[in-house]
Amino acid sequence: MADISSNFLGIKSPNPFWLASAPPTDKKINVVRAFEAGWGGVVWKTLGSQVKNVSSRYSAVNFNGGRVMGFNNIELISDRPLEINLREITEVVKMFPDRAMIVSLMADNNREAWHELIKKCEDAGAMGFELNFGCPHGMTERGMGAAVGQDPEIAGMVVEWVMEKATIPVITKLTPNVHSPVPTGIKCVQAGSNALSLINTIQSVTGINLDTLVPNPYVAGKSVFGGYCGPAVKPIALKMLTTISQDPVTSKVPISGIGGVSTWKDAVEFMLLGASNVQVCTAAMKHGFRIVEDMCEGLNNWMDEKGYKKLDDFIGKSVEKITHWEDLDINYHHIANINQDKCIHCGLCYIACEDTSHQSINLEFGKPYNKYTIKEEECVGCNLCQLMCPVDDCITMVEHRVAPDYVNWKMWQAEGRPLNDH
Amino acid sequence: MSIKNNRLTPEQYAENFSDIHPPFDSYTAALVDANRCLFCYDAPCTKSCPTGINVPKFIKQITTENIKGSAHTILSSNIMGASCSKVCPVEKLCEGACVYNFVEHEAVIPIAKLQRYSTEIAMKNNWQLFDRKPSNGKKVAVIGAGPAGLSCAHVLSREGIDVTVYEKEAKGGGLMTYGIAAYKVTPGFCEEEVDYILGIGGIEIKYKQELGKDIQLADLQKQYDAVYLAIGVGLARQLEIPGEHLEGVEDAISFIYNLRSNDYSKIPVGDKVAVIGMGMTAIDAATQAKRLGAKEVTMLYRRTEAEKPCTDVELDIAKLDGCQVIWLAAPKEIKGDGKVNEIVCSVMKLGEPDASGRRSPVDTGETFSLAVDMVIKAAGQMPFEELIKSSGIDNKGGKVTVSDKAVSSVAGVFAGGDCVNGGKEVVDAVQAGKDGAAAIIKHLGL
Ligand SMILES: Cc1cc2nc3c(=O)[nH]c(=O)nc-3n(C[C@H](O)[C@H](O)[C@H](O)COP(=O)(O)OP(=O)(O)OC[C@H]3O[C@@H](n4cnc5c(N)ncnc54)[C@H](O)[C@@H]3O)c2cc1C
Ligand SMILES: Cc1cc2nc3c(=O)[nH]c(=O)nc-3n(C[C@H](O)[C@H](O)[C@H](O)COP(=O)(O)O)c2cc1C
Ligand code: SF4
Ligand code: SF4
Ligand code: SF4
Repeated sequence: MADISSNFLGIKSPNPFWLASAPPTDKKINVVRAFEAGWGGVVWKTLGSQVKNVSSRYSAVNFNGGRVMGFNNIELISDRPLEINLREITEVVKMFPDRAMIVSLMADNNREAWHELIKKCEDAGAMGFELNFGCPHGMTERGMGAAVGQDPEIAGMVVEWVMEKATIPVITKLTPNVHSPVPTGIKCVQAGSNALSLINTIQSVTGINLDTLVPNPYVAGKSVFGGYCGPAVKPIALKMLTTISQDPVTSKVPISGIGGVSTWKDAVEFMLLGASNVQVCTAAMKHGFRIVEDMCEGLNNWMDEKGYKKLDDFIGKSVEKITHWEDLDINYHHIANINQDKCIHCGLCYIACEDTSHQSINLEFGKPYNKYTIKEEECVGCNLCQLMCPVDDCITMVEHRVAPDYVNWKMWQAEGRPLNDH
Repeated sequence: MSIKNNRLTPEQYAENFSDIHPPFDSYTAALVDANRCLFCYDAPCTKSCPTGINVPKFIKQITTENIKGSAHTILSSNIMGASCSKVCPVEKLCEGACVYNFVEHEAVIPIAKLQRYSTEIAMKNNWQLFDRKPSNGKKVAVIGAGPAGLSCAHVLSREGIDVTVYEKEAKGGGLMTYGIAAYKVTPGFCEEEVDYILGIGGIEIKYKQELGKDIQLADLQKQYDAVYLAIGVGLARQLEIPGEHLEGVEDAISFIYNLRSNDYSKIPVGDKVAVIGMGMTAIDAATQAKRLGAKEVTMLYRRTEAEKPCTDVELDIAKLDGCQVIWLAAPKEIKGDGKVNEIVCSVMKLGEPDASGRRSPVDTGETFSLAVDMVIKAAGQMPFEELIKSSGIDNKGGKVTVSDKAVSSVAGVFAGGDCVNGGKEVVDAVQAGKDGAAAIIKHLGL
């Protein structure tokens, strides 16, 4: 059995699955249930000056009959009195000393406010802090949340204030509502942040009710931009994570990966791209805390199969595999092949290639079943047909190198080689 | 043993004749299956539907909640798409070709059920999805208000042609109304569908007008710019064996006709019923006799299961209803004193292939007999041979011969449906009606 226990800046947890700062970590009753279900840690719902929420708060994007591909909220930070939160944090830490208790913070924009909040939370028993520089709604108007995260200078300054006071590890949570999270990440690391986490939610409009014409979520006939999360944002989160893992400054600190993690496989992907652990919100909101059981078992089984003994054995292993376009091997070429025994004659490959790619599939008319074959000399190896085919392993891409040597775009140009040769 | 009616309680009748293929009970339920459709290109299901409904398109439209568009897609190819969704033998048509047939452990897309979903909503809301062009003064007579006649009339009316339909019965729908098993469609539904089709305007049906009796082809040819014959096949084929005229021997067509036109409790049925034949009509007669309360129903067929004309799905319906089957049994004689009480059958074996390509039944000389109090004959139907012959139209044993899918040998007279093909499915008749309308439109130079 592999060891899936995690050590993030000295904060230990029995597994790398933390609940992200959000409604699931809003109060003792939830967090106790989460720990009973087996979660390794929580980032307590952001504490700060007290706020008031509206209803409704959530909306979702459904796709092809599947529900909640994407999730959207216009919720603010914790709307419960600070004192109650702090008391509950103390109680939970006593009940579950082996689990990670991180507290998310968002103080008013001055040094004293931050210092005061940090003191209170440390006294309550927090093992680490996460600075919320990402909340994209409500708080930004007051210069907090994403307004901080979007400005590297301000973010750096706030981290400096925090580091003056904090005696426990500090994670800075980055906003994705920027062209790149790296500049803010760099400033925060330079200002002393011990770790980074990303992503918070992405500003979005999930859809509009076609009867009322009011976008979702509906609040008395109006709506606002909400924060987007859930499975739909995973690709964006992975990309942003990779840029943080690749940068020489930000890659020096551990990263907590967030954004669309729903299964152990997602978690492994985040970790392969440099995250030391992951945080989960939407998946837990959709299915409840019990999903952690499969996350732990799946991760364990995968590690056993691959021979990884501990998390560090594979964390970051895929980072180097993402390179720059101009370094890709142009001589690599592959051609689609259709396995006629598996083909069910749906024609999806054909129409995709015919209408939108390179007209490389041949149709032999039949009644009622047509036969589809690849015109090898036309196929550019784009993969579109393989992606569209509904049958597993029916279309495979067969390697046909143009030449054995490695040639990239820069070399190609330098040698003055022809461009439109296929 | 006796033939009698009122065998069951009203609740039992209602249950026995309720929908055999129940509809989706919610949009979500339909959506789940609709989303499974792959949206095949040049889809085999469409190619296997005689009316060529763009199946992937109408299913996609359900997934986008464009039910009106979905119904339009269906009805523009098949104006009887609502009833076809309930009566088509889909296992050998659209669903039989669905690519999911190649995927192990995956059910095919329930195309007919999805078709029913959209068309029922369209009919319930009485969405008129087609416009009629302004009248162009052309007049066409259609004989027979069955699927072929109604489909032809609808296309003609859309083109601005004024159509008069002459129908010998008191209701429209043809065998939809008078022939198809009651657990597939109700007479009430057929009436609604006829009304829906007529909703486009420009079509008048004159009921209780029989060609050859109340009206004559020569007169119609003078009064109209064209005539479309859609009279179906009507007469049951006789067995030509002794005892055929005893009390208690009935042909399946009239048995079903009665059942479709009266209250179930009024239909007399025996205790022990023999049904002769293994076509769709035989299945319908056997299962409905059972559902009317017959204690034992035995189907007799002179070949083996491999040669049967009905589909496996249909045979399963009969078997699940508790009907017995005896293969390789050919009726030789029906016995009784006034009333039938016994049927004697020859035991057959398979010989060389015959004209149909199936191995022919050969008499072994052995016989057996069954005690029965009712015999239902479903040995096929015959065209209206005399009527067609007396009209001077080229035909094969009463089946109208056509060129270009619908053109008869007599100028200005067109034909389609069962009266041409000798008896297929509703969906074939609807397509024939479309072909007929196209030929007439061409003939009229429109
Ligand atoms: C028992 C039985 C069960 C069937 N079950 C199914 C099924 O489950 N699914 C399926 O798809 N198909 C089924 N069929 C076949 C289907 O009903 C026919 O193929 C279809 O109805 C043919 O349409 P049509 O318009 O050509 O003829 P018909 O439906 O027969 O319509 C002909 C019309 O013409 C009228 N008519 C006849 N003679 C004259 C005249 N001289 N003057 C005026 N009017 C006249 C008739 O009254 C009738 O209304 C079944 C058939 C039978 C007999
Ligand atoms: C309803 C809701 C409320 C949230 N509140 C907070 C918050 O108070 N502080 C914070 O840092 N992030 C908050 N988040 C963001 C999540 O912590 C997380 O970054 C984001 O949802 C992406 O993860 P996911 O795809 O697993 O949901 C909230 C998210 C949701 C859905
Ligand atoms: S998409 Fe796949 S299954 Fe469909 S026709 Fe192409 S190769 Fe065959
Ligand atoms: S009309 Fe009949 S055959 Fe055609 S698609 Fe509909 S159910 Fe299938
Ligand atoms: S063959 Fe099946 S999957 Fe393909 S379009 Fe038709 S119903 Fe859909």
